Amino acid sequence: MTISMSTPDFLIERDRDRCIKCQVCVRQCANEAHFWDEEEQKVKANDALCVNCHRCVTYCPTHALTIRKYPLEFRENANWTASTIKAIYRQAETGGILLTGMGNDRPYPIFWDHLLLNASQVTNPSIDPLREPMELKTFLGRKPDQLKVEDGHLVEKIPPQLELEVPIMFSAMSYGSISLNAIKSLAAAAERVGIMYNTGEGGLHKDLYKYGKNTIVQVASGRFGVHPEYLQAGAAIEIKIGQGAKPGIGGHLPGEKVGLEVSQTRMIPEGTDAISPAPHHDIYSIEDLSQLIYSLKEATQYQKPVSVKIAAVHNIAAIASGIARAGADIIAIDGFRGGTGAAPLRTRDNVGIPIELALAAVDSRLREEGIRNQVSLVVGGSIRNSADVVKAIALGADAVYIATAALVAIGCHLCQKCNTGKCNWGIATQNPQLVKRLNPEIGAERAANLIMAWEHEIKELLGGMGINAVESLRGNRLMLRGVGLSDRELNILGVLPAGE
Amino acid sequence: MKRVYAREEICGGCKLCEVHCAVAHSQYPHDIIKAFLKQETKPIARILVEEGRPISFALQCRHCEDAPCTKACITGAMQKDPVTGIVTNDETRCVGCWTCILVCPFGAIKRDESEHKVASKCDLCATVGGTPVCVQNCPNDALVFTDELWRR
Amino acid sequence: MLREGEVRIPSGCAISGIMNKKGEVFSGHDIIQSIALMHDRSNGLGGGFAAYGIYPDFPDHYAFHLFYESAEAKEKTETYLNMLFHIAESGKIPTRRVPSVKNAPLAWRYFAKPKPDALFEDESEDELVVRAVMYINAHFSGSFVVSSGKNMGAFKGVGYPEEMGEYFRLEEYKGYIWTAHGRFPTNTPGWWGGAHPFTLLDWSIVHNGEISSYGANRRFLEMFGYKLTMQTDTEAITYAFDLLLRKQNIPLDIAIATLAAPFWRDIERMSLEKQTLYKAVRTVYGNLLLNGPFSIILGSNKGIVALNDRLKLRSLVAATKADVLYIASEESAIREICPEPEKIWAPRGGEPVIGLFEEGGIQK
Repeated sequence: MTISMSTPDFLIERDRDRCIKCQVCVRQCANEAHFWDEEEQKVKANDALCVNCHRCVTYCPTHALTIRKYPLEFRENANWTASTIKAIYRQAETGGILLTGMGNDRPYPIFWDHLLLNASQVTNPSIDPLREPMELKTFLGRKPDQLKVEDGHLVEKIPPQLELEVPIMFSAMSYGSISLNAIKSLAAAAERVGIMYNTGEGGLHKDLYKYGKNTIVQVASGRFGVHPEYLQAGAAIEIKIGQGAKPGIGGHLPGEKVGLEVSQTRMIPEGTDAISPAPHHDIYSIEDLSQLIYSLKEATQYQKPVSVKIAAVHNIAAIASGIARAGADIIAIDGFRGGTGAAPLRTRDNVGIPIELALAAVDSRLREEGIRNQVSLVVGGSIRNSADVVKAIALGADAVYIATAALVAIGCHLCQKCNTGKCNWGIATQNPQLVKRLNPEIGAERAANLIMAWEHEIKELLGGMGINAVESLRGNRLMLRGVGLSDRELNILGVLPAGE
Repeated sequence: MKRVYAREEICGGCKLCEVHCAVAHSQYPHDIIKAFLKQETKPIARILVEEGRPISFALQCRHCEDAPCTKACITGAMQKDPVTGIVTNDETRCVGCWTCILVCPFGAIKRDESEHKVASKCDLCATVGGTPVCVQNCPNDALVFTDELWRR
Repeated sequence: MLREGEVRIPSGCAISGIMNKKGEVFSGHDIIQSIALMHDRSNGLGGGFAAYGIYPDFPDHYAFHLFYESAEAKEKTETYLNMLFHIAESGKIPTRRVPSVKNAPLAWRYFAKPKPDALFEDESEDELVVRAVMYINAHFSGSFVVSSGKNMGAFKGVGYPEEMGEYFRLEEYKGYIWTAHGRFPTNTPGWWGGAHPFTLLDWSIVHNGEISSYGANRRFLEMFGYKLTMQTDTEAITYAFDLLLRKQNIPLDIAIATLAAPFWRDIERMSLEKQTLYKAVRTVYGNLLLNGPFSIILGSNKGIVALNDRLKLRSLVAATKADVLYIASEESAIREICPEPEKIWAPRGGEPVIGLFEEGGIQK
């Protein structure tokens, strides 16, 4: 065997004055980076196996552990960086595509951080959410251009709507890509705070049917786990066309993650790879999408809104407009920083566009065409905090999808190794030993706490702007000002520069 | 009576319960590092994580209603408190004959030979009061201290 | 310096309104006196009036009030108007010299009826007028349509409202509804068109407040073809009423529940049927909710509606005596012209004061 040129990414530092040799770290590391040397009666480490997930650091009862970036450096080179060189070593050794997990980690501009919010001073009063009602209730679905009211009665019922207490939803993560305990955490949290979670393309496990009214069931290109009860079980149906982390790429759940329960839920044989094709093979054009939308509506008696999820790509405004005209009730757009359980590294880091620009372009286009009312816009792809939510709504979103933030709430440390199935936090794994580390009751509480915390913050920010209902923020780009942006970017975002 | 119940389905087998139990019953109950590094003998946990991956759960004295160890004890060191129901071993009277270990149906009693031979077992942290340290320190709420029989 | 329309100018204001529910006409004297009392709520950078029932000789003609800043603008606009309308009569709006009033544009009025062949297919006369107003305001630089309703007119300009009343000789007109506005803009609007009331067809709005939902309201209205050239709340509110009441035939109480929507906690206490209705209102028209402080008086030939934001962040007082309904920012502005009202009250936030003509009154 020739020598590997790969060097460790991280260095495990153990403070020997603090280590009590309890070996909790050894037992917690699924990557086996820590081990017990029986002969020397010492805990030792193999740095090369460490992914810096902080599981051992968090669990070490004496705080004896620190993980650092491995100090070995290549000769300084602004062009050929360490990660570039190391990627080549890996590919030279394996001949394979580089795989990764979670969202794009490259230093592209984050437009949220170039947008600033307004507040009331003198000419109108800010509103204190502790004294006055502050309303975040949000409806997703097709809105008619006008109501017909006669003698105090609604003459025509409005189309079905999803009702959210907070304009935030947990976005699609399939059973298979994440553990059942992770899904249970999100489903129970969604129920508690009055929002939705999304099944992803992994079908609906039998234990999750009870969360139906807080569930969006997804229909993706693999059609895994799709059957009549599944479609009826949720509050809405989402057709997944694309994902921000890997636009134009399908999905692949390796057979080793397809255990009995995953196999039953996805309706595929145990141990087989679950391959979601890149396109839906019955959707090669926009009119085909329309057929699937109406097939799903027909199958559910027009009782449920149908969402179409797409990745933010270059021609997003035209595509979204087409989807609205194809009959979708909700368009979910996933920006290029969106997360994933597994994606080819080069796709994740180089395909798609930022959600901020995509959202602004789509909202503007739909308004120009007078069809903004026909669809609700949901955006995801790295909504990191409540301010991002507020900015997204001001740009024109009806609600946001969060996934990475939700996973971080239940323990994810963004080590980007979801694809390995060795998630030490019991999230992105099907290994029963690891799955049971995530107590769904704790997970539900933490995820619900996150939404409630953001809800409070959103109310504070709205109150500061003198707004007491979120619908008055929706598309209200006057509440935003840009800093450090070019004229062209400001133009696309539809916001004025700070000071104007 | 309130007992500690293990929830196997969410026990990750980290054994932090053992670590904290050992500290609480050591010479340095409030200093984990000293308990392990300064005490001359290694502190002994009175709770034991049983493992057969992926199954794991923590086990300690069940404080049986009709505790066989109290009957088997040749010196009367092992007693069940009629009020609290807690089974404790009076280490000053214990001679280390291990009869209790032989009769315990759960294997929840350990040998402690660090000083004079005594049987070491869970006392539900009764000397400190409140929730036992194993329950307090379980990172996944896989140990529950309750007077109701725990059901999933 | 940027003019109103090129920049969004926040303002504080005074408003006042008087209506005779029997449709009996009275002179502009009272409304001037009422608004003048609230002198300190304005800063001399805007004042104006809307009057209804003032043109009994042309009840079925659209009365266009226009401001011109140049002869060229007038000529272009008149060519356009003549293309679309038969003009029955036109002339300068009478004014008198007031020393403090400066830089007045030429104020001209036309009594016009649409030419049948100017109408698009399926276009109503009202829609043609709206189209013409939007076109003139957007395309003819130096021309501005001040009002365009039947048997009504708006009179406004840069100055204190009482100066405007004197300038336009309003005590010489008689109407059955008068509303007035005194403005306290943070900076100068620069031109007379920027003063209030704002009107479209026979809708007129006088408004005190700064709505924080403006951006959302504006973008919603734009989808329905409205061009918001003034960047003012008043313009947006006028168009919101026009969309709901005229274009979409929404009943008045529902239109009010759109702009000052009941809180969800109140909707939850309604009967199931009402819940469905109000839920639908907030679902469909959420973007029209007016958020932030406002008090408004909507005038039309059918009557007036006064409304506060749902938190009541601006003052508004109403009173009645005999057939007359009074509304003003301050109680003193009512007592100034009606010292002993029969009833006087401060309407709650979101609770409208509606004055419609009584049986036998003018009902259109």
